Amino acid sequence: MISRRDFLQVSMAASAMLGTSGFGNWARLAAQQSLTQDQLLQFDTFGNISLIHVTDIHGQLKPVYFREPSVNLGVGANKGQVPHITGADFRRAYGIADGSPSAYALTYDDFSALAQGYGRVGGLDRVSTVINAIRAERPDALLLDGGDTWHGSYTCYHTEGQDMVNVMNALKPDAMTFHWEFTLGSERVNEIVQGLPFAALGQNIFDAEWDEPAELFKPYRFFERGGARVAVIGQAFPYMPIANPGWMFPEYSFGIRDENMQAMVDEVRGMGADVVVVLSHNGFDVDKKMAGIVSGIDVILSGHTHDALPEPVLVGQTHIIASGSNGKFVSRVDLDVRDGRMMGLRHKLIPIFSDVIAPDPAVSALIDAQRAPYAAQLSEVIGQADGLLYRRGNFNGTWDDLICDALLSEREADIAMSPGVRWGPSIVPGQDITREDIWNVTSMSYGAAYRTDMTGEFIKVILEDVADNIFNPDPYYQQGGDMVRIGGMGYRIDITKPQGARISDMTLLRTGEAIDPAKTYVVAGWASVNEGTEGPQIWDVVETHIRKQGTVAVTPRDTVNVVGA
Amino acid sequence: MEFTRRETLAIGAGAAVAASLPIGAMAATPADEAIAAFTGGAQMGEGGLTLTAPEIAENGNTVPIEVSAPGAEAIMVLALGNPTPGVARFRFGPNAAAQAASTRIRLAGTQDVLAVARMGDGSFVKASATVKVTIGGCGG
Repeated sequence: MISRRDFLQVSMAASAMLGTSGFGNWARLAAQQSLTQDQLLQFDTFGNISLIHVTDIHGQLKPVYFREPSVNLGVGANKGQVPHITGADFRRAYGIADGSPSAYALTYDDFSALAQGYGRVGGLDRVSTVINAIRAERPDALLLDGGDTWHGSYTCYHTEGQDMVNVMNALKPDAMTFHWEFTLGSERVNEIVQGLPFAALGQNIFDAEWDEPAELFKPYRFFERGGARVAVIGQAFPYMPIANPGWMFPEYSFGIRDENMQAMVDEVRGMGADVVVVLSHNGFDVDKKMAGIVSGIDVILSGHTHDALPEPVLVGQTHIIASGSNGKFVSRVDLDVRDGRMMGLRHKLIPIFSDVIAPDPAVSALIDAQRAPYAAQLSEVIGQADGLLYRRGNFNGTWDDLICDALLSEREADIAMSPGVRWGPSIVPGQDITREDIWNVTSMSYGAAYRTDMTGEFIKVILEDVADNIFNPDPYYQQGGDMVRIGGMGYRIDITKPQGARISDMTLLRTGEAIDPAKTYVVAGWASVNEGTEGPQIWDVVETHIRKQGTVAVTPRDTVNVVGA
Repeated sequence: MEFTRRETLAIGAGAAVAASLPIGAMAATPADEAIAAFTGGAQMGEGGLTLTAPEIAENGNTVPIEVSAPGAEAIMVLALGNPTPGVARFRFGPNAAAQAASTRIRLAGTQDVLAVARMGDGSFVKASATVKVTIGGCGG
């Protein structure tokens, strides 16, 4: 396994620039003599099967900035284990040089400065180029989409996912699994899935009434590749009706269902599978635990928690691959499968530097066609930020600070709550904030910004509940998001404590007073999973707030005191 | 014997918890009594009984569970955190094709679900699972 060396070629190669085409910002990158498309794509084709993994694209058709987290804490056995290392620790673990392209792609430090040099990442036309290059070397490579694809942008919202379906279909995936797709509502999901030209997989997607496998979603699909039988088993996000509004898809039930996963692995092995691949939306730590319980899986292509890892993590005989989010990475995994078993694996996490990888013109045109009807609305400039706006982090980020500020001021609330989701690109200092940018961090089918009374005691119950979804030491009880973001209130959290004992020192920032359990506070928030939630849409609240500010002041906050990290 | 202040506080807290139990810490809980009635006080082993339950309930009012114990004569299911822990008792006759059953149960909150099986040789085995009931939130 030489994945580390393969990946590091990206950062170590200097010398000659091979291309001279006119796209992007070749000039400034040439000045750094650091990157070429050939270097990014370089891969010594291995074995007889190639897998291409994309996941958690969240509606991002175009290149974006995306800052990785500085705080991503692991608990229990996963404390300090990948993917729960960030920044310098991450670079040290993988031998990545400070300031290198890999440092920019995979860690958070100096993000604003490095963004000036390395530019935007992602864009499905660039992803298409990478897929085409892999298929040129291995024409029957399998393209597998880990889900969270039909969600997350202005155009995705207004077309109910059709923009993403159209563009992804052009990339010709072989199979897909699901999460946020279901927030389109089951009727729309069923409509799209019935017309998909590839496999819609989920061994854990069940009929809620009968507790039997759902008819529309198959547990697995066989592919004949390189003279071997490849079984791809789907694993949808287990906690959809809990983390997202179950009333939008009441016919479906999910869960981890590892006993059924084992049954499916045994079934496909019995049917002659030479290699078993799980296309998963479990989240990384859940996949690690599942790999230790379910035997017979060769590769898990892991999604949901948005981790990007330059090397597979090995649990027993199972290789777990994490491929990032928002279109920022593509993983290539070559397998040597002979005599009914996997003999070897070669992997590369390919960062999609949008100024380096040439867009596929056919897909660029297709993307433009999806966006054209909305061009004026997308591009309207609402304001600017004097600092970096980003989302990722266990407790807060500057984007959610801004969203909470908008809720506090526009909804006249004491306390604001913003959901701990991990999608949403970053805005670099000096960049215009357009309407599209606001939708990129807020778009969803249940975005009403509620305003309600809550007692101090109930606010603590919410914080304790969400904290246990992240910091329960057993990964099977984790839902894979981050802590609910709080505006107007500070608190202390001890992540090592059990549920009910983690949160303390809740303080109303406006007055500096301790939160009184018996007192009632006005709380504004969004993304409630309850049916019938009322209020203006969050993107309108944020747009109004930014428009009033003109230039948004971005100041780091430390209103959450974290203990036990 | 000396107690530090911290130990004293811990003992005090324990006493308070014990005092708040409805029938006193020394008396058997309803769950204990149900288990004793089922097993006659016999030791319970592990293995041979599978209890399948979701890790997190999608709806605490109707949680699907399944028990399976090849060779069992009867299986009892208790929800240890419910005000009335008794959930179900399944009996399998000599002609039963499989010693397995599934049902849906209501859970008052996060708690352990316990299954106890009486095997054909008169021995008892148990299996338990923690089912979390949460107010919901937001995943990535």
